[in-house]
Amino acid sequence: MPLPDRPVLARLLCAAGVVAFAAAATSAQADEVNVYTYREPGLIKPALDAFTKSTGVRVNTLFAADGLAERMRTEGTNSPADLLVAVDIGRLQQAIDLGVTQPVKSEALEKAIPAQFRDPQGQWYALTLRSRIVYASKDRVADQNLTYEGLADPKWRGKICIRSGQHPYNTSLIAAFLAKHGEAKTEAWLKGVKANLAKRPSGGDREGARDILAGVCDLAVGNSYYVGLMRNAKEEEQRKWGAAIRTINPTFDGGGTHVNISGVVMAKNAPNRASAAKMMEFLVSDTAQHIFSDLNYEYPVVAEAPIADSVKSFGALRPDTLPLSEVGRNRKAASMLVDRVGFDN
Amino acid sequence: MIATETLPGALRRAVATFGAGFRHDYRLLVAVALVAVLVAAPVVALFAIAVGAQDNIWPHVVGAVLPNALLDTAGLLMGVGLLVVLVGVPTAWLVATCRFPGQALFDWALLLPLAMPTYIVAYCYVDLLDSFGPVQSALRHLLGFTSRRDYWFPEIRSLYGAVFVMGMVLYPYVYLCARAVFLMQSAAVLDVARTLGASRGAVFLRVAVPLARPAIAVGAALALMETLNDIGASEYLGVRSLSVAVYATWVNRGSLAGAAQIACVMLLVVLAVVLLERFGRRRQRYVGSAQRWRRADAMKLGGLRACGAVLACLLPLALGFLVPAGFLLHQAIGLIASNGIQPEFLVLIRHSVTLAGSAAAIACVLGFLLAHAEQHARGPAFSAIVRLTGLGYALPGTVLAIGTMVPVVALDNTIDAAMRTLFGISTGLLVMGSGGAVIYAYVVRFLAVAVGTMETGFHKISPHLEMAARTLGQSRIGALVTIELPLMRPAVATAALLVFVDAMKELPATLLLRPFDFETLSTSIYGYAARGSFEQGAVAALAIVVAGFLPVLWLARTSRIPLPEQLGAADAASRA
Repeated sequence: MPLPDRPVLARLLCAAGVVAFAAAATSAQADEVNVYTYREPGLIKPALDAFTKSTGVRVNTLFAADGLAERMRTEGTNSPADLLVAVDIGRLQQAIDLGVTQPVKSEALEKAIPAQFRDPQGQWYALTLRSRIVYASKDRVADQNLTYEGLADPKWRGKICIRSGQHPYNTSLIAAFLAKHGEAKTEAWLKGVKANLAKRPSGGDREGARDILAGVCDLAVGNSYYVGLMRNAKEEEQRKWGAAIRTINPTFDGGGTHVNISGVVMAKNAPNRASAAKMMEFLVSDTAQHIFSDLNYEYPVVAEAPIADSVKSFGALRPDTLPLSEVGRNRKAASMLVDRVGFDN
Repeated sequence: MIATETLPGALRRAVATFGAGFRHDYRLLVAVALVAVLVAAPVVALFAIAVGAQDNIWPHVVGAVLPNALLDTAGLLMGVGLLVVLVGVPTAWLVATCRFPGQALFDWALLLPLAMPTYIVAYCYVDLLDSFGPVQSALRHLLGFTSRRDYWFPEIRSLYGAVFVMGMVLYPYVYLCARAVFLMQSAAVLDVARTLGASRGAVFLRVAVPLARPAIAVGAALALMETLNDIGASEYLGVRSLSVAVYATWVNRGSLAGAAQIACVMLLVVLAVVLLERFGRRRQRYVGSAQRWRRADAMKLGGLRACGAVLACLLPLALGFLVPAGFLLHQAIGLIASNGIQPEFLVLIRHSVTLAGSAAAIACVLGFLLAHAEQHARGPAFSAIVRLTGLGYALPGTVLAIGTMVPVVALDNTIDAAMRTLFGISTGLLVMGSGGAVIYAYVVRFLAVAVGTMETGFHKISPHLEMAARTLGQSRIGALVTIELPLMRPAVATAALLVFVDAMKELPATLLLRPFDFETLSTSIYGYAARGSFEQGAVAALAIVVAGFLPVLWLARTSRIPLPEQLGAADAASRA
């Protein structure tokens, strides 16, 4: 087939280009909110769907394990991101430090979320709480109460399982310890816990429960919601792991239980700012808070929000009062300490 | 004489070679340089990030991280290196030169582990071998133990476990490269050794393997780079490799620049090792003969020997593929029985195949160009440029993805600015928003695979064939199309397959660079794994395996060595 003469071809190409560009340009103007998320979308999708249902605003998500804040920074003013959702205070803090966020002032948010769980300047807001607790063998552990400090007690020698000390969940716990007790005491504590480990840190939090069932260890450090996930899992195996353990909400000496958050920040160059702000407020509504608690077994951040029964079964939560910003500030030192004591080796 | 050459002399010679190359091949040089710029851009961006570090991470890294990370990394690399060679080379030899029951099947089936994402295999083996997995449960039942503490069992979540998992998944790189060479080795060489009194074993060890060294090195290098940049399986199995240190520096200590520095140093080490290997065989040429040649006659194995050969091939196939795939199949059947196949699943397949297929096509074209340039325009300049294009493979995927964004977004913003001034419309981020960035990242990452495979292919084609064609009046392009391309078909097919399968299972760059609401097979598996039930992703994992499996079948059909007389190379040359 002969090619059309050049002017025709050129005009065709031009037309196609303009149509494509126009399509790209208009797609950015529809009523929608673009969410970058470090949380697996399956965990927040029901809440986002509820938002779309009640407001008609479409929600687009992009999930990645790492690097979303860096992507926002690289994309600069053309970044399509409106909101960034993350599961660790460290991740939120990192985005703020990279300068890719903007503060949000909202009476609804300030009223719903206790001051401890939001930034005074409105840079970040928590959506849910998760405590870092201890799974204990139903058969082999009699203790009802534990402290984090007590995990270094030699009576647990060879009886504790934990995932990598460089996992953000542990880094935040160690950072909290560091903020409370200082470096020397934290180092001694980490060495003590290390000496008590039944095996080299590995796996995820669920593997702790799995190892308890197998008799490899008696205690394992893990996040609260995994217990709900295991006990209600489709896989029969996971239900067995969940059944083998009891939850203990440990506290710091003279303090409360270490709590981390899932939270949200507004992107600096958010193209759909108004809708995004509306969505932030929706996520702390009773509807959304109940979805998080019911589906993900997390504690609602809103004090009055209804808690799912399965979450109640973890026992009453008394969050430690150390400001989360302190945890964020000490993460780097905590991570370096983990290397120095060779916690993962 | 060469040994006594002075440095200025060598330099002058290099400049002369470079200049000569430039005079005759300037179009080729420009093309190669363009490709190099394209491929090196993300790595350069990463170096720029590394240079902009605010704080000095090295005292901590050297003092607290390296002593153990180096030990673990070295152990992992040596273990995996040994395993992939010990498995890949003998199986390739057996399949290529012997006849035994099932040989035709093993020929392609031994490639199958390549289709399995490493971290999925790690999950499978932990499920199978952990305390409550079927293996230990059966053991306890048989031997009457009641608790895990009563007996010893190898711990899969360990360095040895990681060596095992990665070795079993990655040996096909060596197998594939070695097999291609063994198939192409002329019988004449082997027969000469035999007439000089060498036993079959001696021929294998002292002639065939040394001749295949470049190919084995390429295969092993690919496997080791994949091992080095792995984070998912390493972390899960409790190995503190350097990539895990990169990750901790970045995510926990908020220093992307520091992480980039560690990654860049790793990269330089890899480069040094690759160059060292090449330096070791700098005076050696490995080319086939332009004479008419025949395949070595396959040796028919019988009795015990045949049993041994079958076992030697079956074992890696079983451990690297049948066991984990069987585990996934078992999960997938249950899932499909209860949920059926969701229509979204077909969308996942379409996305994966489109991205991986585009990347494979582009990588093949670029890889052919680079390998061709290196082969024909021999010279340090070409060689150095070609080596540079392979850098992306040694970087951890997420780190590479961060580097990839920089040039892509720069291009997007330029287009956007131009469209704003010219037409007053904003295009936003076109390439980032369309998945183009993912394909780009695949090409940058896997070009080394394509180039490596094609290089070994070119090494087996005598330059005399092209020279003959040129003397007979063929143009350079003509000789390329009529002589080299047909002879290179197995290498091109192999490269396309490797890049396609690698891209299908690539995770970190796909996750980070994709557009909104865009799922591929590998991202959906990861989604399930992130929710803690990777078993739910079994259907998608199997789909990757099947998608890798079909091209393997096709490859097995096309990469049977085409004999020169079948190709009519002489005819083609004379027709010109």
